Amino acid sequence: MNASDLAAQMIRIAIPYLFAASGGALAERAGVVSLALEGFMLTGAFAAVVGSWMTGDPWLGILCGVVAGALFGLLHAVACIRFRADQIVAGIAINLLVIGLTRLGLQLAFDSSSNSPRVEGFTAATGSGGLLLATLQNPLVMAGLMVVPILTWVMYRTPFGLRVRAVGEHPAAAESVGVRVKPVRYAAVVMSGVLASLGGVYLALDQHQFTDNMTAGRGFIALAAVIFGRWDPARAGLACFLFAGAETLQIALQGTQAVPSQFVQMIPYVLTIVALTGLVGRSIPPAALGRAE
Amino acid sequence: MTAAQAASAQLAPLAVRMSGIVMRFGAVVANRGASLEVAPGEIHAIVGENGAGKSTLMHVLTGLYEPDEGTVAVDGHDVTGWSTRQAIVAGVGMVHQHFMLVPTLTVAENVVLGREPRRYGAIDMALAQEEVIALGKQFGLVVDPRRRVAELSVGEAQRVEILKTLIRGARILVLDEPTAVLSPPEVGELWRVLRRLRDGGATTILITHKLDEVMDISERITVMRHGETTARLATADTTPADIARAMVGREVVLAHRGSGIGDREPREAGATKGAGHALEVQNLVVGTLRNERAVDGVTFAIAPGEILGVAGVEGNGQTELIEALAGLREVSSGNVMLGNRDITRAPVRERTDGGLAHIPEDRQRRGLVLDFPVADNLVLGLQHRYTRAAQIDRAAVVAQAERQVRTFDIRPPDASRPARALSGGNQQKIVIAREMGRDYSVLLAAQPTRGVDVGAIEFIHSRLLAARAEGKAILLVSAELSEVLALADRIAVMYRGAFVAILPRAEATTERLGALMTGATSVPGATPP
Amino acid sequence: MTAPPAASLIAPSRATRASTALAESLLPPVVALLIALVAGDLLILAFGQSPAAVFGLLLEGTWGNAYGFGQVLYKATTLICTGLAVAIGLRAGLFNIGAEGQLAAGAFAAAIAGLWLPSGTSALLAVPIAIGAAMLAGGATGWVPGVLKARFGAHEVIVTIMLNFIVLAMLNWVVASHLNVPETLHTPEIAAGKVPRLSALVPAFHGSAANFTLIVALAAALGMWWMLFRSRMGFDLRATGLQPDAAEYGGIRVRRVWIRALTLSGALAGLGGINFVLGYKHYYEEGLAGGFGFLGIAVALVGRNHPLGIVLAALFFATLSQGGLAINALVPKQFVEVLQGVVILAVAAAVPEVRRVLRAGVARAAGPA
Repeated sequence: MNASDLAAQMIRIAIPYLFAASGGALAERAGVVSLALEGFMLTGAFAAVVGSWMTGDPWLGILCGVVAGALFGLLHAVACIRFRADQIVAGIAINLLVIGLTRLGLQLAFDSSSNSPRVEGFTAATGSGGLLLATLQNPLVMAGLMVVPILTWVMYRTPFGLRVRAVGEHPAAAESVGVRVKPVRYAAVVMSGVLASLGGVYLALDQHQFTDNMTAGRGFIALAAVIFGRWDPARAGLACFLFAGAETLQIALQGTQAVPSQFVQMIPYVLTIVALTGLVGRSIPPAALGRAE
Repeated sequence: MTAAQAASAQLAPLAVRMSGIVMRFGAVVANRGASLEVAPGEIHAIVGENGAGKSTLMHVLTGLYEPDEGTVAVDGHDVTGWSTRQAIVAGVGMVHQHFMLVPTLTVAENVVLGREPRRYGAIDMALAQEEVIALGKQFGLVVDPRRRVAELSVGEAQRVEILKTLIRGARILVLDEPTAVLSPPEVGELWRVLRRLRDGGATTILITHKLDEVMDISERITVMRHGETTARLATADTTPADIARAMVGREVVLAHRGSGIGDREPREAGATKGAGHALEVQNLVVGTLRNERAVDGVTFAIAPGEILGVAGVEGNGQTELIEALAGLREVSSGNVMLGNRDITRAPVRERTDGGLAHIPEDRQRRGLVLDFPVADNLVLGLQHRYTRAAQIDRAAVVAQAERQVRTFDIRPPDASRPARALSGGNQQKIVIAREMGRDYSVLLAAQPTRGVDVGAIEFIHSRLLAARAEGKAILLVSAELSEVLALADRIAVMYRGAFVAILPRAEATTERLGALMTGATSVPGATPP
Repeated sequence: MTAPPAASLIAPSRATRASTALAESLLPPVVALLIALVAGDLLILAFGQSPAAVFGLLLEGTWGNAYGFGQVLYKATTLICTGLAVAIGLRAGLFNIGAEGQLAAGAFAAAIAGLWLPSGTSALLAVPIAIGAAMLAGGATGWVPGVLKARFGAHEVIVTIMLNFIVLAMLNWVVASHLNVPETLHTPEIAAGKVPRLSALVPAFHGSAANFTLIVALAAALGMWWMLFRSRMGFDLRATGLQPDAAEYGGIRVRRVWIRALTLSGALAGLGGINFVLGYKHYYEEGLAGGFGFLGIAVALVGRNHPLGIVLAALFFATLSQGGLAINALVPKQFVEVLQGVVILAVAAAVPEVRRVLRAGVARAAGPA
C-alpha cells in the first residue's frame, strides 16, 4: 500500500468516529452523558439501509438514518432530562434496545439474522484517481471531514454553542441570566443522536448493507476520543484520527505479525485511562456532566 | 393622606416597597411579615444575623420565590410573584453571594450569555468585548473581557457579576454579602463603584452583617431578625451599638444567661487544673484551595470544665479550624494536643477513641447519614465499638438507641425510622446524643443550635452547661453572638483566619466583640491584639 | 381492649413509613414491568400474533418444563453474580460497568486453574482453587478502577468501560496465540474442578446446563446480604455510598472503601465465570461473557441492589433470555432483547419519578437554599 492508499484507509476508518465523537462532545458539553453513541450509530446504519432498500436512493437512506438518530436522541433526552433517569443506565439501555430492535428489524424486513441484502450506497468505483480520490467522492466522507470544524465553530462562536457550554458547566448560572437549560440540553442531545447516527449511516452505505451489530464498539471508541480530546471537538477529532491511524497501521502490518492486532485495538482505551489519571495532561469533564439539575 | 403627600408619592414612588412578606418552606418560616422600603438612588443596607431571612427576602424581590403572603412593589407597580426574567426586564438585578459565573467561559462570554449580540448567526464577540470595556470604564469596573473567569481573583469575578447585571439594564442592584470574600482594598474599590452607580441614578440594596461596612457605605438601614423587620434606621443618626442591639438579643438565650451563667464562677484558662489542658493548639495553619492560610496561626488551650467560645463573622476560618481539629482537613503546620496525645495528623477514629467528640456545623451533610435509621446514626463513628467478629452487634445498637432516645428525648421515639424523617431539632439531638452520650474529654461544638427550634435550643444549651460542670472541655463555635456570650467562659474572636483576641467573659461586651469581629480597631473599649 | 394513646399515635406512622419505603423500592420495577408488558403487547400485535399466546409460550418454554427451567437456572446463576457485582458498587456509590470484562477474566482464571491442576485432583480441592482464581482475577480487574479513582479521581464509569475492551482484547490475544485448541477460539478442557450438573440430582433437568455453581451464586447472595446489612464493612460501605462526607466524619476511610467495594465487585463478577467454565463447557471461550456483564446492571437495577431482589431479577432476566428461544416460532427471539432494553430504560426513568411523587409533600420542607 502506498501513502495515499494508507491515507484513504485512515480516513475511511476515521469518518464514523468523527461523526460519533462530534455528537458525543456536543451532548457531554451540555451536561448529558453519552454512552448511547453506539446505539445511535447502529440505529442510523439500520435505518439508512432500510431507507435505501425501500427507495433505491441512498440519499433517502441518509434521511432515514438521520430521522432515526434524532428519534433515539430524543428518547435519550426525555429519559435523562424529563425523567431524570440515571444517564449512564439510560445510555446502556438504549444500546441494548437498539441491538434488539435492529435484530428484530433484520428478521422483519429481510428475514435474516445476520445481514441485509445489498442496497444502493456511496462507494465510488476505484478509478484512475486511486483510492484516496474515490474515498473523497463519497459525500458522507466530505461531511465527516467537515463536521468537526463546523461543530467547533458552532460551539465556540454561536449563541447556541455558548449556551451549551454554559449549561454543561454551571446550569444555575445559565438559568439566572434567563437561559433555559432544558431546551438547550434537549437540542444538544437530539443533535448528538443525529451526528452519531450519521457515523452509522456512513458505515452501512459504504458497505452497501447492514450486518448485525455492525458498529462493533465504534461508539465507545468515539467516546474514548471525546474524553481523550478533553471534551473539545477539535481535539476529539484529532484523537479520532490518531485512533484510526493506529488501526490503519495495524492493518498494513497484518501480514508481518509485528504487533498482535489486539494490542492495537487496546490503544484508544489505554490512552483514555491514562488521560483520566492526569499523568499526561488531565481530562476534566464538564462540571455538571451527568447531573439532572 | 393629604394632597401634598399624595403628590410627593406620585413624584417619586419608592424604588422598592415590600410589605407583610411571609415565606414558608414546609415547616420553616423564613420571612414572617418582613417589610422593606428603599428610596430611589439610595444605598440601602439590610443587616441581620445568619438565618434572619435577608437572602430569602431578596429572592422574593428578584422573583426567585413567590411569597406566601405580602406584596412587592417596584417603582410603584405591584409586581408580587413575578419571575426572575420579568425582574431582569424591569431592571432588578442580583449579585449572588456564590457567584453565578461559568468558570470555563471568558468574561465577555459570561457577561453576554443569554443576550448575545449576533452577527451572521455568530456571536459578535468584538462588540461584546467593547461593551464590557465601555461599561467598565463608566463605573470603574476594570476587567479584561478576554480572560477566563476561572483565572480571575474573587474581586475581579465580582466585578464581572456586577457588569452582568448592569449590561442587562439593572437600575436596582441587590448585592448579597458582597464583601464576604473580598480583601480590604477590594472592598474600597467596591464602595467606589457603588457610589458611582448611585451618582448615575442606580438604587443599591446591600445584604451584610458587618457593621463597620454598613456605617461606611449605606444611607439607610433595615434590620432583620427571625424573619421580621425589627428596625429602620438612617445611617447618619445611628451607631453600631444600636444596630447590634436590633440584630441580636434573643430572649430565649438571655433568659438562660440569667439562670445559668450568673450563678457559676468564672474560670481562667488552665487556672483550676494546673498544667492539664484538655486541648492545646499551637500555631495551627490550615489551607484550602482558595486560601493557603484559611486558619492562620491559631494558638489556644482549653482546660477541663471550660467553654471557649469562638465568635466571628462566618467564613473567617471557623469551619476550617473545626474540621482540622476533627481530622477532616489536613493541617499545613502547627500542633494539636488532645491531653497528652499528639493528634495533629491522626485519623478521625484515633481522635474519637482518644476522647474527642464533635458536633459538626452541617449535621445534614456531615453529622448524619440521613437514610440510615436513627439507631445506626447513634453509633456513627463508634461502629467499631459495636462490632464483634466483623459483625455489627445489632442487639447492642438497638439497646443503646433505646437508651439514647429516652435520655435525649428524641422524637418520635422510634429508632428504626430514617434520620431524614425527623425534624431539624430532633436530628440535632441524635448528633448530640451520640457525641455527648459517651465518654469524652473534649467537645467541638460547631453551630450547635443552628436551625433548631426554641425548645431544642434550651435543651442543647443546658446539655453544654452540664457537660462543662462534669469537667469537659468545650470549643464552641457559633455565629450567634448571644449564644457565645451566654455559654462561654472565655471568648476568642476569629477574623481572617486568626484569633484577634481572647477575652474573659467578664470583659466581653457585644460592642467590643462586634468591633473585633469586623476587624475594626477604632471602636471604644476594644484593645487591639 | 384499648391501646395507650402514645402507641396508637406511633403505630400508624410506623406503618405508613414502612409502606413508603417499600413502595419507593418496589414501585419502579413494577411500573417498568407494566410498561414493558404494554410495549411487548404492541410489538407482538405488530407481528400479527396474540400477546397471550406469545407470553403463554414464553412461560411454557421456561417455567413450564424441567429442561427450560434448568436453562433459566443456568442463566440466572451468572446473572446473580454479575447483578451482585454491580449492586455492591452502587451501594458504595460507584458504578461498575466492567462486569463484562471481570466475568471473562474470572472465567479465564478458572480455566487456567483447572488446566494447571493435575487431572484427578479431588473436586473438594480443585473447585475452591478454581473459584479462588476466578475471584482473584475478577477482583484484580475491579481493583484497578478502584485505585485509579481513589488515587487520581479518575471516574470509575469510564475506566471500567475502557477496561472491558482492554481485558477482552488481552484475553482474546492470549487464547488465540497460546492456549487455543486449533481451529477454535477456546482453551482445552480443564483437567480438574468440574462441577456436576443439577441433573445428577434431579434427572428431569437432563440436558440443561444448570449446575451446582448455582449454590455458589446463592451463597454469594446470602454472603452479600450479611456483609451489607450485618457486618461493619457493610455499614461503612453503605454510609460511604449514601453520604461520603458523613462517612468520613464517622471515621470511615472513604477511599479505602471505594477500592474495597470495586475489588469485591470485580471478584463477584469473576465468580460468575465459573458457571460456564466449571459447570457447563469446561473450557474458556472467546465471547462467553455474551452481554451477561451488562445485563448485570439491569439485574441490580430491577433488584434494587438488594440480594434477594437480585436473585429474583436474575431469574426474571434469565427467563426472558431463555424464553426468546421458546417463542421463536411466533415472534423472532430478538423480541426479548427489545423487552430487556425497555425494562431497563423504564426502571431508570421510574426510579427518580416514583421518589419524586412519593416525596412530593416533603419537597418544600427542604427550606431556603
